[in-house]
Amino acid sequence: MAIEWTSSVVSAAGAEIHLRRGGKGSPVVVLHRDTGTPDGLAFYDKLAAKHDVIVPNVPGFGSSPRADWLGNVRDVAALYRGMLGDLGLGSAALVGLGFGGWIAAEMACFAPHDTPKLVLAGAMGIKPPVGDICDQALIGYIEYVTEGCHDPATFARIYGERPTSEQLVLWDLCREMSFRLAWKPYMFNHSLPQLLRGVKSQTLIVWGDDDRIVPDSAAEVYAASLPHARRETIANAGHLIELEQPDAFAQAILSFIASK
Amino acid sequence: MHLMYFTEQPMKDYPQEAGNDIGFTSLLMSNKHFNPIDGSRLYNEFLENYVYAEEMGVDGIMLNEHHNAPFCMQAKANIFASLLAGMTKRVKIVLLGNPLPLNDNPVRLAEELAMIDMISKGRLVSGFVRGGGQEQLATNANPAFNRERFQEAHDLIVKAWTVPGPFRWEGKHYHQRVVNPWALPLQQPHPRIWIPGVISQETIVWAAQNGYPYICLNTSIEDTKKIWQRYDAAANEVGYTPGTEHRGYLIRCHVAETEEKALESARQFLWMDGEFTGRLKPVWASPSGYFSPSSRQTFVEFVAGQSASPTRPRKTFEQQLGDLQIVAGTPEQVVKSLRTIMRETRPGIMAFWGNEGRMTQADAQTSIRLLGQEVMPALRETAKELDLKSPFEADMPVSRAWAEAQARKQAAE
Repeated sequence: MAIEWTSSVVSAAGAEIHLRRGGKGSPVVVLHRDTGTPDGLAFYDKLAAKHDVIVPNVPGFGSSPRADWLGNVRDVAALYRGMLGDLGLGSAALVGLGFGGWIAAEMACFAPHDTPKLVLAGAMGIKPPVGDICDQALIGYIEYVTEGCHDPATFARIYGERPTSEQLVLWDLCREMSFRLAWKPYMFNHSLPQLLRGVKSQTLIVWGDDDRIVPDSAAEVYAASLPHARRETIANAGHLIELEQPDAFAQAILSFIASK
Repeated sequence: MHLMYFTEQPMKDYPQEAGNDIGFTSLLMSNKHFNPIDGSRLYNEFLENYVYAEEMGVDGIMLNEHHNAPFCMQAKANIFASLLAGMTKRVKIVLLGNPLPLNDNPVRLAEELAMIDMISKGRLVSGFVRGGGQEQLATNANPAFNRERFQEAHDLIVKAWTVPGPFRWEGKHYHQRVVNPWALPLQQPHPRIWIPGVISQETIVWAAQNGYPYICLNTSIEDTKKIWQRYDAAANEVGYTPGTEHRGYLIRCHVAETEEKALESARQFLWMDGEFTGRLKPVWASPSGYFSPSSRQTFVEFVAGQSASPTRPRKTFEQQLGDLQIVAGTPEQVVKSLRTIMRETRPGIMAFWGNEGRMTQADAQTSIRLLGQEVMPALRETAKELDLKSPFEADMPVSRAWAEAQARKQAAE
């Protein structure tokens, strides 16, 4: 059955947040990457077959206009906590993809008892003990997304052989906002591992087996810091797991959320 | 007319094949290819040439800085400015300029510049720049806040120079418990501020609003005229009519005894694959947030390799000679071309980018001698005929803000 997706705009702390919503069931909020997110992914449909799926765009990403005062990822986490509370979704499961994983982890730290289920997929936010988070400031838009793919063909399948100017502009807006939020230190927060120790959420830490954007060593730190976490690895996937292995990834999330 | 000598201080002795192998000659090209023995010799040759330029009669020495690339060896303009403050006697020391956003402590800059002004006995011109795109990466300055940091650092420096301390500064990007530098500029109210640039509309307008001379960096005559239209319109909007003292122009200009020799050496202006900055990845030149939001589409297409550089269209050596963006020849030939530029664009300040790349030290000095002794005297005559006055000759106020404050003070008295 085709999922019906709706677009809406909500206001939180004076910022305008555009979100997509579809499906029925317990709520699952998906937090997008530093490159934003395409609409209409098979991955979203698979989650929405079982859940009420909400995909907000951080101000400055996608169709949400930039809020100049938004200065770091904790600001985003606080903003999102307020937004979810307003929508009556304060206890929704959080699924954070890459950069969105960092936001989700910060949100869990803000209200350690309020997120029963937390999924962190290739999450940024932690300084990897081995290796570094791939720095998009040093490579082009296309190179960065390509680096996130295990299979080089994934890029063309989603974005075409030659991405449109509109897509390039979207990536640039995302990149500028990422720099505003996480330029230095790049894509991590030194105090996050310590704060995660207080988080009560059941947590699934998912990594693609070929993630070249966030080193696997960061997953180890997440697993060691979060008291109720388990790890899962998706085969034949890079950083962009939802694009490369939508079935396996969605299934891992659905099983995890359904589990006691 | 104020006439200056400039060089990028090229690290000409880096191994070219190293750049060919990796496909770029900046930012991530390993500094294992930097040989400090060559570096030491070159720095001293540059110093020798600056002192020689003063002897040959130039009015000013223009200095700049760049990072992590062989096209420019100056990693800190204030270091050469300090040396020249002590080693020269007459020339203006013109910094074009200190890249403000790259600094985390503008008060320290204000102190350094005040020291240079005092040591040079009031010969400093303190230009400010945003820094190139790749400089943001080389120094870890957030490109998304480049313009905000530029403006805030500028405001803090001018305040540190003109308002007695101690005071506190709690801005968006800069925070200082105590601003009270125990070093103040000799020139009052402060050294002149000139703003160099290319086509960035926001910077042109900002310079005009502040009444700061704008120095066009080797733009084509056509683009230079467009810049002056923009500058003049912005100045008119805030209530004044700019003169030649608001206009500066940098030109690549090499002079030799024969045309053949001059043209041969002038090819070195394109020594790094036709680009003075060498080869760099477009994404380094244009990090997100650095360029004007109004040009976003143009820049992203450039970064993605789908279009040419919007800042500097690529031209052949011959095209650049034809467009007078490179001027080379005997003194007589060079004067003729430069007169055309002067007539067409009416600058009160001109900088001559005299040597570049692998030009020999002897050729560099010949060019400096001919520029100072033959070309510049002829240009001064032309400047008189065309009534091209420098900021010093026009005795213009250092800024609109200062002029307005003086006017208010007089009215109150």
